[in-house]
Amino acid sequence: MKIEQYRTIEKSLFEEFINALISVSKVVAPVCKGFNTYSFQEIKSPDEISLKYIPTILPPKKFLLPQRETILQFNIKPELKVEPVAEYDNTVLFGVHTCDIAGFRCLNTVLSDPPKDTAYLIRKKHITIIGLECNDYCDKYASCSLVGANIPTTGYDLMFTDLGEYFIVHVHSLKGAEIIKNTNDLFKAAEESHIKDLEALREKKSKIFINEVPTERRYLPELFDRSWNASVWQEIGEKCLSCGNCTAVCPTCYCFDIRDDVDLSLSSGERYRVWFSCQLDPFAKVAGGIDFRRERSARQRHRYYRKFRYHIDRYGMIFCTGCGRCSRTCMAGINLKEVLTSLIRESEAKIWRKWL
Amino acid sequence: MEKVVIKESPYNIKKAKIIDTKLLTEKEKLFKLAFEDQTEFQYEPGQFIMISLMGIGEIPISVCSSPLNREYFEICIRAVGKVTNSLHRLKIGDTVGIRGPYGNGFPIRKIEGHDLLIIAGGLGLAPLRSLILYAIDNRRDFGEIHILFGCKTPGEILFVDEIDEWGKRLDIHFACTVDRADPGWKGNVGLITSLIPGIDIDPARTYAAVVGPPEMYKFVIKELLAKGLPVDQILLSFERHMKCGMGKCGRCQIQNLYCCKDGPVFTFKEIMDMAEAL
Repeated sequence: MKIEQYRTIEKSLFEEFINALISVSKVVAPVCKGFNTYSFQEIKSPDEISLKYIPTILPPKKFLLPQRETILQFNIKPELKVEPVAEYDNTVLFGVHTCDIAGFRCLNTVLSDPPKDTAYLIRKKHITIIGLECNDYCDKYASCSLVGANIPTTGYDLMFTDLGEYFIVHVHSLKGAEIIKNTNDLFKAAEESHIKDLEALREKKSKIFINEVPTERRYLPELFDRSWNASVWQEIGEKCLSCGNCTAVCPTCYCFDIRDDVDLSLSSGERYRVWFSCQLDPFAKVAGGIDFRRERSARQRHRYYRKFRYHIDRYGMIFCTGCGRCSRTCMAGINLKEVLTSLIRESEAKIWRKWL
Repeated sequence: MEKVVIKESPYNIKKAKIIDTKLLTEKEKLFKLAFEDQTEFQYEPGQFIMISLMGIGEIPISVCSSPLNREYFEICIRAVGKVTNSLHRLKIGDTVGIRGPYGNGFPIRKIEGHDLLIIAGGLGLAPLRSLILYAIDNRRDFGEIHILFGCKTPGEILFVDEIDEWGKRLDIHFACTVDRADPGWKGNVGLITSLIPGIDIDPARTYAAVVGPPEMYKFVIKELLAKGLPVDQILLSFERHMKCGMGKCGRCQIQNLYCCKDGPVFTFKEIMDMAEAL
């Protein structure tokens, strides 16, 4: 840890810091919406923020990849005129957990893969990410340790870590340094003792955060290579209601549909993209009505393989951040940790049978 | 929310004018298009474009003309959905939006110097027509050329005039079959697979290019393997409902492959162990 990259801020000055952010930019932070329900939304005052929160209903991906986004606007009459557009907002995202930051990293990788998604990259440039480290598990659904998303690594401008009386802040980008510079009187340079405190916390965390399922990250590709015909797909296929909630709340799901809208005069309109889901019926259908993933079990399997297998070949990354949202939101009670555990058990049993 | 115009957006379309149309069958229409700014269009046989009617929608369609024509290009559209039916109602002089070309197309460089076996089912003839015309234009770069074409009824035969011409050529072996004949039909009756055993090919030096409805592939592949064709010389072009064409939207994903970026043309070898591909 480079001590010069760290600053500290007293908790008593925290509100002042947020007010300073609000005075210059739109600030989005986790806000409590009801019992154990949180949402990232714009705040006007620091006391709206919930510093202790479990993953929000929707991940903050909605600010980088909005549910509905205009990509072209056009006039049909008097003559066809088409203009591609990008929508963006100068926004500071405050209090993003490391799982959601891992989600941003996944989205960044996909959407900057050529041909680049220009609108996404413009939006990304206008967003500042201030992270908030988790000192303990949010709840029993999380599996961030399995995928290594429980410790801050990259993908943020500033990272706040709660160390009791104060926050230690990691300055990770020039954008982050700029914020510190503009609110300099609130921050102090970190001293050796602060770094020691942070190291002690990380040490403590390494004992709290242990692999949530009985395997290791590096064995996941192999596990999935063996699991195409696993019985668990049939089991969850029978439970699944095909509602698409799991993909909507996933910080790394980015599939979309493209649609057109015209105004009532039929002379102008826009082409937009909206979130779509591999769990829904028309997703893999082609002309003539053939559906390449007709069964719900095949659709669920597709979702899991997309998180843990396909994108490892393509982008070298696991596309699960361990946030637990899919399990938390599933009306049928399909639980990611249980599915993985079941895959491991079945695969182990198969290997044993081979040897015996 | 602020909005900026970004000319470099990958979703931007180029305006093209319909310079000619021709009704091929009751449902299929051929459109001849040229870009309004008179720029040339470069593509490979087997690649596809996204064609849009602003306000109605955008769909993926294979280009079906010879890539050697730079001034115009052709697409063959079957009226089945909202966009295709609207396209059928357009007239000469109307404008559509085009982006692309997308996908890999047929591996021409590999096929050259080999024999070519084209197997087309129904509308699958459209993307293959681009390859056939290319091969005819560069006839001496290819060995034997066999074209097998099958469709449901004689009334659904596409490109009738051209097919007649291919049938008359001495340097092409052409055969056609229909599933159900009508009284005037004098040709073969039966599925396309019935034509495969009868062709005289040297499997080691033949590339087969197969395009047709999804259910056709399994049976055709079986016959081709029985003929002794190597798995990496069977080329298949897949249909999926691409929305972006750039490997993002996820609609055309076949396991870890994207039909729009890694395909739509795959060798049988690439996908033979892949569930959900066929």
